[in-house]
Parts: sequence; structure tokens; C-alpha cells
Amino acid sequence: MTKQITLTIDEKQVTVPQGTLVVDAAKKIGIDIPVFCYHPKMEPVGMCRMCLVEVGRPVIDRTTGQAVLEADGTPKVQFGPKLETACTLPVSEGMVVVGMSDKVKAARKDVVEFLLTSHPLDCPVCDKGGECPLQNLTMAHGVGESRFNYDEKMHLAKHVPLGELIFLDRERCIQCGRCVRFQAEVVDDPVIGFYQRGRAIQIATFSEPGFDSYFSGNTTDICPVGALTTADFRFGARPWEMRATASICAQCPVGCNITFNIRREAKSDGEIVIKRTMPRQNEQVNETWICDKGRFAYHFTEGKERLTAPLIRRGDDLTPVSWDEAIEFVAQALRDAGSDLLTLASGRLSNEDLFNLRSLSDAFNGKTALYTHMAGGDLTAQVGVGQGTNFADLGAGSVILVVASDLEEEAPIWWLRVKQAAERGATLIVANPRPTKTDRYASQKIRYAYGNEAATVLAMINALSAKRPELPGKVQATAEIKNAAETIKNAENVIALFGSEGLGLEGSAALAQACANLLLVTNHTGRANNGLIGVWPRANEQGAWDMGLRPAADLKAALAAAKMVYVAAADPLGDDPALAATLGEVPFMVVQELYLTETAKLADVVLPALPFTEREGSFTSGERRVQRFYPAVLPRPQARPDYAITGEIARKAGVDAETDSAARVMGRIAASLPDYAGIHYRRLAQVQEQWPIVGRGDLYYGGTGYENKQGLGVQLAPAAQQGQAPALTWPQVAEIAVPEGSLLAVPVTVLYDQGITVSTSPLLQTRIPQPYLTVCPAEAQRLNAEAGDLVQVSLGEQAVKVTLRVDENIPAGVALAPRSLGLPIFAPAAIQVRVAQKATV
Amino acid sequence: MTEIKQYVLLRHRDVPGLDQLDVYRQEGGFAAFQQAVTAMQPGQVTDVVKASGLRGRGGAGFPTGMKWSFIDNNNWPHYVVANADESEPGTFKDREIMEKNPFQFLEGLALCCYAVQANAAYIYLRGEFWQQAHFLDAKIAEMEAAGLLGEHLFGTEYSLRIYTHLGAGAYICGEETALLESLEGKLGQPRLRPPFPPSFGLYGKPTIVNNVETLANLPLILEKGAAWYRTYGTDKSPGVKIFSLSGKVNKPGNYELPLGTTFRQLIFQHGGGLPEGRQIKAIMPAGASSSLIVATEQALDTPMDYESVPSVGAQLGSASVIVIDDSVNVAWLINKTMHFFKHESCGKCTPCRDGTYWMMHLAERIAGGEASWADVELLREVAGQVKGKCFCALGEFSIEAVLSSIERFPADFEQITHKEA
Repeated sequence: MTKQITLTIDEKQVTVPQGTLVVDAAKKIGIDIPVFCYHPKMEPVGMCRMCLVEVGRPVIDRTTGQAVLEADGTPKVQFGPKLETACTLPVSEGMVVVGMSDKVKAARKDVVEFLLTSHPLDCPVCDKGGECPLQNLTMAHGVGESRFNYDEKMHLAKHVPLGELIFLDRERCIQCGRCVRFQAEVVDDPVIGFYQRGRAIQIATFSEPGFDSYFSGNTTDICPVGALTTADFRFGARPWEMRATASICAQCPVGCNITFNIRREAKSDGEIVIKRTMPRQNEQVNETWICDKGRFAYHFTEGKERLTAPLIRRGDDLTPVSWDEAIEFVAQALRDAGSDLLTLASGRLSNEDLFNLRSLSDAFNGKTALYTHMAGGDLTAQVGVGQGTNFADLGAGSVILVVASDLEEEAPIWWLRVKQAAERGATLIVANPRPTKTDRYASQKIRYAYGNEAATVLAMINALSAKRPELPGKVQATAEIKNAAETIKNAENVIALFGSEGLGLEGSAALAQACANLLLVTNHTGRANNGLIGVWPRANEQGAWDMGLRPAADLKAALAAAKMVYVAAADPLGDDPALAATLGEVPFMVVQELYLTETAKLADVVLPALPFTEREGSFTSGERRVQRFYPAVLPRPQARPDYAITGEIARKAGVDAETDSAARVMGRIAASLPDYAGIHYRRLAQVQEQWPIVGRGDLYYGGTGYENKQGLGVQLAPAAQQGQAPALTWPQVAEIAVPEGSLLAVPVTVLYDQGITVSTSPLLQTRIPQPYLTVCPAEAQRLNAEAGDLVQVSLGEQAVKVTLRVDENIPAGVALAPRSLGLPIFAPAAIQVRVAQKATV
Repeated sequence: MTEIKQYVLLRHRDVPGLDQLDVYRQEGGFAAFQQAVTAMQPGQVTDVVKASGLRGRGGAGFPTGMKWSFIDNNNWPHYVVANADESEPGTFKDREIMEKNPFQFLEGLALCCYAVQANAAYIYLRGEFWQQAHFLDAKIAEMEAAGLLGEHLFGTEYSLRIYTHLGAGAYICGEETALLESLEGKLGQPRLRPPFPPSFGLYGKPTIVNNVETLANLPLILEKGAAWYRTYGTDKSPGVKIFSLSGKVNKPGNYELPLGTTFRQLIFQHGGGLPEGRQIKAIMPAGASSSLIVATEQALDTPMDYESVPSVGAQLGSASVIVIDDSVNVAWLINKTMHFFKHESCGKCTPCRDGTYWMMHLAERIAGGEASWADVELLREVAGQVKGKCFCALGEFSIEAVLSSIERFPADFEQITHKEA
């Protein structure tokens, strides 16, 4: 237990843990000590001098060590001659802090006046105007009139692009360094810094492309002036014109809490539109941060090409029809197909959508298939992280194992949370075939060959226990593996994250099982801060598993066997052109989508659905936290929520289903799924006090991120926490054979790919790479190719041309194929590569 | 007490060729270092320095031995950095030591390293001192060849390497924590203190940063003893000091004198007084960072030591004494100092960054005869706003000349400002 310290701030007593800074102690009792450079999530620097306060300390008699008392018996307090910065000053016993004296008030006035001498005061056209700490603190502490000669103001560039996403206004910058420190300290992308000195000091980027970081947008939230703005929002709207609506990011399994700022505007034909995405505080999920994908990719919901009416195939054409006609048509097809129905859906949908799809399919004894390249969601339901898990609680004594994941690419905020845990002293073990950014914080690194993911984890178990699963001959229990196994065995807490680096469905299933077994044999399941997390490709993939969907081992065969296929939020044909013949042969296909995808073009019926921004629903995050999102903008006419479409079809087909509200569907989920028992929308909307306090009147403190008033969600208890001990089953681990002259192509995830949720954002388009394949220098030499050459990649009968990249960190014999970037590689596969066109120099 | 019979620091003035290793060794050079390494505990070296009362010559006057005793012995390795950034306008003492008496400085540095058990030392020189850096590199190489640096010195387990490093032209890098940042390859800005360098210094390791002149004192203190050293100077400011004399004097230059020598002795006895027809008006005893002392008879008779100079409203600092004569309007002078500080502010803290910029513009207008008395009042107020709020001493020192000039020489400002606002 940390020692508690009692001090007095502005005549109020407060008791806080030792090491607390005066500025934070004051905030805890509602006293504002203004700051610009200080931020509660970063180390203090004491640069801006706005937080100067008078500080007195009890006088201690040096001979006795006792406090000297005044005549009235109170401790004698000695004030220092100079003001001190409350942001750099840790509390001490008996300290007296005065923030209301004339001397302190004068100091605040002085500092504000200094800052304004170098500030353009262009508030009327500044994006920050209305939510600007400098503006607010000037109103509170500044003088009304400037004594600085206007002609002596410095004039600097006002539209400096620090890359495509973030703009810098050099005149507005007050050199607080929050952005520089955020990039260096918090996210370890030190790609911006101070340049020059004195009044000429300015922010500069020194990466190519500029400001190359997945977290850059956060700097605009913590910038205390309008110096940093996003290319997405700048000059887009005034803060007071916008309303805030709560949502959950739909991009990855982290489940970041976000706020959409919306307004009705003339330039959008009088529609209510989203103007920007902001972080919404959830200290157990995303703290006050979001990644740039989550911030900028919402545009996928608002494309002009969105489907506007149900379509029915009439000959070669898809013709708009009424909802009644479409639903009747599908219901009839359902009755005809009976148990030959295959429902294919992805984790892009909400729990309610997936539940209704599953219920409908079950009523006809149909089959369901989860559209994914990962397995193991059944295991995370059993031995997933326990209720009460919070990465923020992990430190010394805890172990985080990351296997087969380039975590920053797959789930950026988890990468950040894992990094922070490692910085607090948690042991990070990274097992991956090639180095990733996660390695920087790893205390143990294990390298294995692609294909040996599960075997490597099983080798850890072998190193510990008498149970000896069969392993491929190549995998040896190396010193690193034994060391990792011992570390895991002896740890107080262990969280294992498994990703999809180099894995297809089969490999993923084996890896998930191996990780689950490791946690089981080392007794790291069934309690908080222990268990398994899948780094899923989609936001609600865990929810999809929980709703009972499972991936099809052989999707092509499943499609070929069905008489009717009901596809929701998936585009198998767009992802894999090789499925064209199979899908073309499906007797009846329904596609429920936002856009007319490649798959939808082949459908018999196309049903226009609503994106998460236009409706209610819930997602279950990778940490199995059920979280609610709310409608942000009005739904497009004619389109409907997925759960409602499916529900209407079900009713028409004679199956009982909820159609009216997501909340009522959740009622059914809670009633039929034991893990979800007790979950209801009111409970998901509950909040509690969080630290640090953000998003209130004191924007100077935590930035413009939003306070969470709409729900922190509920974390589910895995089966292991409910007293059910899953039986160990040992996965079969097969080796992948690669013919002579071929390369082993392995799929890897990159954050910015050509998926519809990224490519439709004009801003992120600039960061999406051209399709490429990466090999090591030796393989490039063997191919007689150089980086930049166009190469032809042959995979079975398919051939695709992509650009070659060369990276010395990749093992020989392997080619990295990024997912959703032009290469239809979904599992490790042998490919042939030859140069198609040399790069022009 | 105004004369020294033999130089302590500027010994090259007594001994020709002292910058040659053989000459330096003939004069007893490196005997102290060898004695320390072979026959003394590190703590004993520190004790001698403590007893000598030597205080840091970079400007702050902090007791050197006490600084060494703060080094954190639970965190290794230790480093020693010689501050050869010599950037205070009017200061040119370290340069003469390094150019003419390099081995005494290097031996002092080596002694400091042994006392705190550092095996690596860096000499951080201002960028303009590249010739001196090359010169020192050659001298360091000679020492290595002679077995005075390197592994297993004098047959003991102790080893030491010395490296030179050039700064990139920033006054702030004379401030010890900014110097360390710069030495680490970062932007030269001061660090938050505490922690202080003896616990968290170069690369986060315990580090002693000492000025060149401070270090140059050490060989003779070790050789002749603390009591000998205390025969110079005053009780609280013992020893000798090099005063860099400049401004309107007949014989500007470096003068090594006991601490406690009066301004009058320095300026008139040693410096030959002012040119004919000029009267002394003011003294800046610590370069641009100084308050202006009104050159009264009483001020001239004030001893130059760390305790006495404050009695006439200034600090001894690095003892770069600039003499200002009656032909100078001090408004011109503060225009110069404000341009200097505006140019050299690192930009880290608000009052210094924006305050020096503002004050420079005001001072420029005042000196250019384009200002009213209200601007002088404003300048004083702005300086007052800077005072006590800065991150480091640079900002705090930037206002000394401004405030003291307006207070002590109001007539100069009245003379060149309009009466109307």
C-alpha cells in the first residue's frame, strides 16, 4: 500500500498517495490549477509555467526532528520566496498550497499575457475556438487588453502539413510540447520534435511520410490551442455547433469508446452528418486515446454509393423493389431451401444482428458460418480473460504473451496498453517469426518458423509438464522456450494474445488451442487479468462466436452444398475472385450489405442495411466486454438495421423474432445465452467516476476527448470463471510442405488495407500502400529482383502482379502477403514469383 | 592580498612551454594524479577538495567537494563532464587555460574522475572552440601514449578515458543539464531538477559537471594541500580566480587574483584604468547576466568574492568584469543584452521565450529613440513578469541588466525617450 500524504490546497485538506503531483491532488478535490504543458497521462516537464503556485512546508526543528509549532499550536509553515510549478511538485506531508493569492493570480495573468504575445488570436476562424484551453484560460486569468505592439508579432506559416493527416499552424503553437511528448513517451513514435530555439522554436516532422504514426490524431485532442488539426476536420465546423453522440469503434476487437460529433449542415443538403470522431474515456479499454484508423475511417458509413433500396434480380439486372416484396421473396426462398440454408456473416455485425441471423437459421435447421480467417472464439469464451480484467492493472508479476501477432497493425490500442504494462514492469513475451514494434518492450523474444506457431506454444507446455503432445520434429524446446514457459508458470497473472500473423483458419485453430492449454496447465484462467484474448480481424468477432457462429473449415464446399446462401456483412467474392464459379452456382443468394459488393452483384436479392452509425446495437470486444453504440445520425431512408431485416424475414417465414429494437433483441440474447444472462441496455449504459477527469469544463487538463456518460460496458465472465473447467484437447500440428522453387506465402495484417472500411476514407487512402509482397534480400537476389520491381505471383491457377518489397527481417523461403492488399492469400500457401517488370529508376 | 607571487592557474605565464607534456611533468605535473590513484582513496581526494573550500568557477559558486560528495554510489557507471562551453559574454578565461595550460586542466579533470570513480570523462566545448578541441585531442593522445590515460593506470585497477565534444552554438548549453542533453545528442534544453546530475546525469547516470577553471585548480590543491590554497582569497571564498576584464579599460585581459580583490584594484591597478578623458560609470561583474553596478567609490572598493558583490546589487558569477564608461547610455547596453538573450533563449519556458522577445523589441525601440517613458515602464514591468517564473537561470538572468539599468540609471532613459506616451 502506497503511503498516504495529507496536504492543504486553498484551505481544503486532501489525502493522496505519495508521489501524487500537486496539480493532480488539486484536481481530485475540484480545485483548478491551470496548465498548458502538463497532461495527466504524461511525465511533467514544467515548461509553460502556468501552474505556478505558492508552496509552504512545515518547519522542522533540525535538532529534534519535530515540527515547529506556532503560538496557537498549529504547525509553523514556511513559504518559499519563489512560486513553484504545481505540475512538477510531488505532494509532501503538511504542505500548504495557495493558488488563490494575488501573487499567484498575477503570475497566471503574466504567463497568459506572454503566450498571447506570440499568438495570432485568430479564434474566429480557429477550429479550437470554443473548446480551446488557451481561450478559456485567457478568459479566466488573462487581461482584456494587449500591451504588446501588434506590429512586432511574429508571422509564421499557418498551413503546414505534417503529413497528410495532421496540419500545423505555427502561429498558434504555444510550444507546450504535449504532441512531441505524446509521440515519444506514450506511443513511442518519436516522429515529430522541436526544431530551432527561442521564439523561433517550432514543431517539425522528420519521418517519411510525414508524421508517420497510427496515433497522430490524438495530438490534436491534447493540443491546448488550434495548432494541430486533422485534415479531416479542420475548418469543418465550430465546436458549439456540434452535438456529441456515443459510439463504439467498429474497426477492431479493442472496442474503443468513441464520440461522434455531428451537426446538420447546409453543405450536406441539410442532412445531419458526422464531422469528426473523438475518443470517449474508458480507462479499462482505450483510456483517452484512439488510433487514426478509428478516427478517420468512419467515412465508410456515408458513401454516396450506399444501397438505397432492396433489389431483386430480374434477368441480368437487380431491380429496386419494396421491402414487403423483398422480404416475402426471401421468406419464400427460405421455406423452399429448408435445412439447405447457409448463413454467412462476419463480426462486422452487432450481437443483435448475429443473434437474429442465427435464430433464423436454427429455425430451419440451416447452417451458419462465420466469415473470418481466425478460430478460437469458443476457447476465449471458456478461458478468456476473467471479469474485471484491465491491462492497466498489469505490472510487475504479470506476464503478457503475444503470439503470432504484429499487434500494432492488428489492434493499435492493445499494442499501446501492452507497451504500458511492460513499462510498469510486466514481463512481455513476444513469439513471432519476424521482429515487430512489440519487440521493443519484450523482455523475452521467441522466433519460430512460419507454420510452427502452435508447436512453439506446445513446446512450452512440454518444457513444463509430463503431458507431451506430439510435435513436428523441427520444433525444439530451446532455452528461450523453456525460459518463457518457466516465466509463465511462475507469474501471478498471465494474459495470452494470439493473432493471425502468417495463419489461416487451420493454423489459427491449432494456435488458439495451444494457447488455451498453456493457460490451463499453468493455472492462468478463470480470474481477472488472466486468460486468452484473440486479436480478431473484426470488431464483434467475439460476439459472433458467442452468438454461436463458427467458421466453415471449407467455405467453398459449404457454399457449393447450399441451396440458399444468406450473406451478411461479408464479401467473399471481392476478397477471393476464385470463388466466382462456386457463388455463381448457388441457387439462391441473399446479400445484406451497405454497398453493392462483388458478391452482391451475383445475388438474387440485395437488402440494404444500416451502418453502426445510424442505429443501435452492441459489440463484444476481444476482452469480452459488451458495449453499446448509439445512433449518431439519421438512418438513410429505405435501409434498415440488420437485426430488423432478419427479424422481418423470420416473422414472414413464421419464426418468432424481435424486430423493433436492438434492446429487445438483447433481451432475448440474455435469456438464451448463459454468458449474457443479466445483460441489458440500461446496465451497459452505466458509468462510474474515472481518473483522470476529462472532458468537463477543464479542457486544459486532459484535452478535448469526451467524458464517458453513456456506459462503460460489462465484461463477461468466461466459463472458467463460472466454475467450469474445460477439458484439455491437443491440437494436431501439421507441417507445411513447400515444393522446390516455390516460396511460402504467409498472410499478415496491415492496419491500412484496401478493405471497404478503410479505402472509402479519403484521408486514409493516402496511406494505403500499393499491393505488395515482401521477401528477404537473399530471396530477392534469387529471383533476380530488386525492391520496387513488379512481380507476378502465381498461386494455383491465379496470377496477380504486385510490387516487390525487400526486408532483411523476413526469414528465407518466405514471402509476406498483406491481407486485403491485392493478394488472395488467406492461409500459408506455396507460390511462384517471377519478375514481370523491372522498376524504372 | 592583491598580488600573487606565483600563478596557480595561469602558470604558463611563469613557465614557458608548459603546454608541452615534458615541461609540465618537469614542473611536477601529474604527480598529484599519480599520488591520488596509487596512494589515496577516492574519498580522500574529495576530502582535500572540501577542505580547500574551492567553489565552482562557472558562476554559481557551489562548493566543489560537496557537489562531488552528492554522487550516487548505488548507480554506475559515473561520468565527469568538463564544462568548456564558456559562453557568457565577456568571459574568456577557460579558453586561455585550455590553450596555454592544457595539462593542468586535464590533470584536474582526471583527479575529479578518480575522486568520483568515473572511467570516462567528456569535455563539452562550445562549437567555436573547434581549434581548442583539436588541440586538446592531441594533448589527450599524448597522455594516453605516456600512460596517463587508459587502462590500469600506474599499475592499478583504475582506468580513464577522456573525450572532447563540440557543442552546436547555444549559450544555454553552458547550463549543466542542457549541456548533458546536448551531449546526448538531443535538443539543448535544460532538464527539470531535481534530480540533479550527481544522481541523474549523462545517460541517466550519476555525473559531475565542473567548469574548466574549477578543474584547473585541483592539481595544485592536491599537491600543496588545502591549507596552502586557503592562504589565498577570503574565508568563505578561498583561492584564486581569473577575472576576465573587458570594456572600456586600457589593459583588458585575464587577471588571476585572489578572491576578495576589489574592483578598483582590478580595473585601475591591474587593468590600467580607463582611457584618458573617460570616467567609469558602471560595472557588469558577470557578463550579460549581470546587474549593472553603479561605479561609486564604495562599489569600487568592494571585494570581488561570492559574499561581497551582492552588497552592491550584483553577483560575482563567472567574474567577467565589463567596464562601462560615461560615454555609454545604458539603454544602448540593455538593447545589446536583450538581443543576446532573445537570440539565446532555448524556447522551453514561456516567460523566457516570449519575455525576451518582447523585451528585445521594447529595448530596441527605446535605444532607437522611438519610445516614450511609458515604454520604459512597460519594459520594467515585463522584466518583472519574467522574474521568478523561469525554468532555469538563463531567463532569470536575462532581466538583471534591464531592471538594474532602469532603477539605477533612470536619467539615461529619460534622455532618449519622448515625454509623451
